[in-house]
Amino acid sequence: MSVPVQCRHDETFVLNLGPQHPATHGVLRVKLTMDGEYIVKAEPVLGYIHRMHEKMAEDGNFAQFMPNTARMDYLHALAYNHGYCLAVERAAGIEVPERAEYIRVITVEMNRLTSHLLWWAAFLLDLGGFSPLLYAFDDREQILDLLERITGSRLTYCYFRFGGVYNDIDDEFIAGTYAFIKRLRSRLPRLYHDLVTGNIILIKRLKGIGMLSKEQARRYGCTGPVARGSGINYDVRKNEPYSVYPEFDFDVPVYNECDSMARYMVRMDEIEQSMRIIEQALDKLPDGPVRAKVPKILKPAAGDYWASVETARGNLGHRLVCDGKKNPYKLKLRSPTFSNLSCFGEVAEGMLLADALAFMGSLDLVIPEIDR
Amino acid sequence: MDTNIWRPILYLIGFMAFAGINAAYLGWCERKGAGRIQRRTGPMEVGFQGLLQPLADGLKLMSKQLLVPDGVDSILFRVAPILAMIPALTSMAVIPFAGNVQARAVELSVLLIFALASIGMMAVLLGGWASGNKYSLISAARSVSQNLAYEIPMLVTVITIVMLTGSMNLEEIAAAQQGGFWNWNIFPVASHSLAQAIIMPVSFIIFFICSVAETNRAPFDMAEAESELIAGHMTEYGSMGFGLFMMGEYLNMVVGACLITILFLGGWDGPLGLSGGIWWFLVKIYLLLFTVIWVRWTYPRTQIYKLLNLSWKILIPFSLVNLLLTAAFIKVF
Repeated sequence: MSVPVQCRHDETFVLNLGPQHPATHGVLRVKLTMDGEYIVKAEPVLGYIHRMHEKMAEDGNFAQFMPNTARMDYLHALAYNHGYCLAVERAAGIEVPERAEYIRVITVEMNRLTSHLLWWAAFLLDLGGFSPLLYAFDDREQILDLLERITGSRLTYCYFRFGGVYNDIDDEFIAGTYAFIKRLRSRLPRLYHDLVTGNIILIKRLKGIGMLSKEQARRYGCTGPVARGSGINYDVRKNEPYSVYPEFDFDVPVYNECDSMARYMVRMDEIEQSMRIIEQALDKLPDGPVRAKVPKILKPAAGDYWASVETARGNLGHRLVCDGKKNPYKLKLRSPTFSNLSCFGEVAEGMLLADALAFMGSLDLVIPEIDR
Repeated sequence: MDTNIWRPILYLIGFMAFAGINAAYLGWCERKGAGRIQRRTGPMEVGFQGLLQPLADGLKLMSKQLLVPDGVDSILFRVAPILAMIPALTSMAVIPFAGNVQARAVELSVLLIFALASIGMMAVLLGGWASGNKYSLISAARSVSQNLAYEIPMLVTVITIVMLTGSMNLEEIAAAQQGGFWNWNIFPVASHSLAQAIIMPVSFIIFFICSVAETNRAPFDMAEAESELIAGHMTEYGSMGFGLFMMGEYLNMVVGACLITILFLGGWDGPLGLSGGIWWFLVKIYLLLFTVIWVRWTYPRTQIYKLLNLSWKILIPFSLVNLLLTAAFIKVF
């Protein structure tokens, strides 16, 4: 749809989208200047759920910050666990046993599946399709049950420890995971792709809508599926490998269409790739301890450390500055959603309200992660 | 003389009851249907299989305060929900459920129903305007453009039917289709020419799409659009004001299904020449209503401009061509 030719500024009105709006999934507020149903200017307003997580990190010792990591991106909490552990382990020079690394990869990828499934459900809800929500939650519930058995929680995990994981996985978990992957493989083509991806209304609403060019994606620092939907082949798991990811054979789906459909397809393909990684990790799972011997109170040497991991939303960086004490001097997070959202104002300009909301849904926003 | 006075009164009471029960229980059917489609049970707690749920909902809505927010146009704000309900209820009076089962036989009943349907659209417009809410205002603007776009192909399609039958009386239109499905207007092989039988299914599809759009049902629920406009014109309504809007929507669905049944599906006529009666009429409208519910829970919502394009670029040209061809065939054969 073409943009209206001329817009007089005395004929626009301001529409407050949020902080309580069903399509913003949380407490994001977008100040929209509208001309009819066209958006003249979009301005995301943040800060409604700021909880000072980074300051909290400075006040406690290293281990005490661990539960906080899950409260930021609650949909991919284990990746946040992983990122923080990686930063601290690099600082303190801790070696992680191989079995623990495998378990980390398995659980993080399972958590990525739950995140993508929930995104899919919520995205369809944004587009006005209700039933997919229940189908996706059905599958997601199976993963949560499996993860609950070994981690003890269902959403805000605190499962990783410096030098390993909290709990070993057992045969029942392994068998259950294999069974789940088989189940999801059989359901993906029928329930997900036949019913939704091929739907003419969905295609019409996503194809060619919400164009985020490669150059824009680079400029705003977009990562994860948002960047890969714009033709940028960047995945931290491949480009800056960490943990045992180099040992697995998986592809990074990249689409060059730059539209909402491309971002949709990237995530749908990632679900399949995550299942591949989990299967390989379960096949190769070595024996051994799941936790290295680590002192109770860590005092890493003074220095500046960086660790980044690939969450379901993109590149998550932890910058850890230590001064030799038992608490971090400074912990700064580079969260993927913040950069991914930054492009919203520029892209949404001139779009229709409904299209802009579909575009926002395709960015997969998790607001507590932006504000922290 | 005596019967002439009592008949309309009794029938009116009967149709009011039918309309009221439908308005309440279609909500229950929809929730049950949605539950089945989404692999859950739907309402189960109040009564057997949740059958008393509409009653409980009604009581809850009625016991709530009728809140009129500051800054609304208080008269129009109160009038709008009533306008949503009354035209739909009134249309029920002229619908023939079977031969002679009709509260009021009106010679131009087709015209009357479409006039009333247009008043129903006013409810969304007034409700959206009076609420003083920007989302509601967008919703009002959307609903006007949508109804305008979809009334044209709908009326043009109805004209083809009127030309085929030569009457604007719903009862006569239905009566002309008796004697098995090959006489129905959807596929009139026996009563009209074969060429006509090829055109009419297209008309039926156009009319069905338009009636879904006219009743503001998903995937065309642009005015409601809860994930964009937060229920649009209904945002500021609570208690029975909201209840009336919901009941109005369900009643409009029933009226739409009745119209499709009469115009295209032979009214009360049984398929395969089985003896006709009111039960066939009910079977047909509930099948249509189920289809509408099924569609809602399967498809995502379209986009307002795509919706208008569908009407102006596809449905209106097709319906006009249909009209011309029908006129030509009537003249030739």
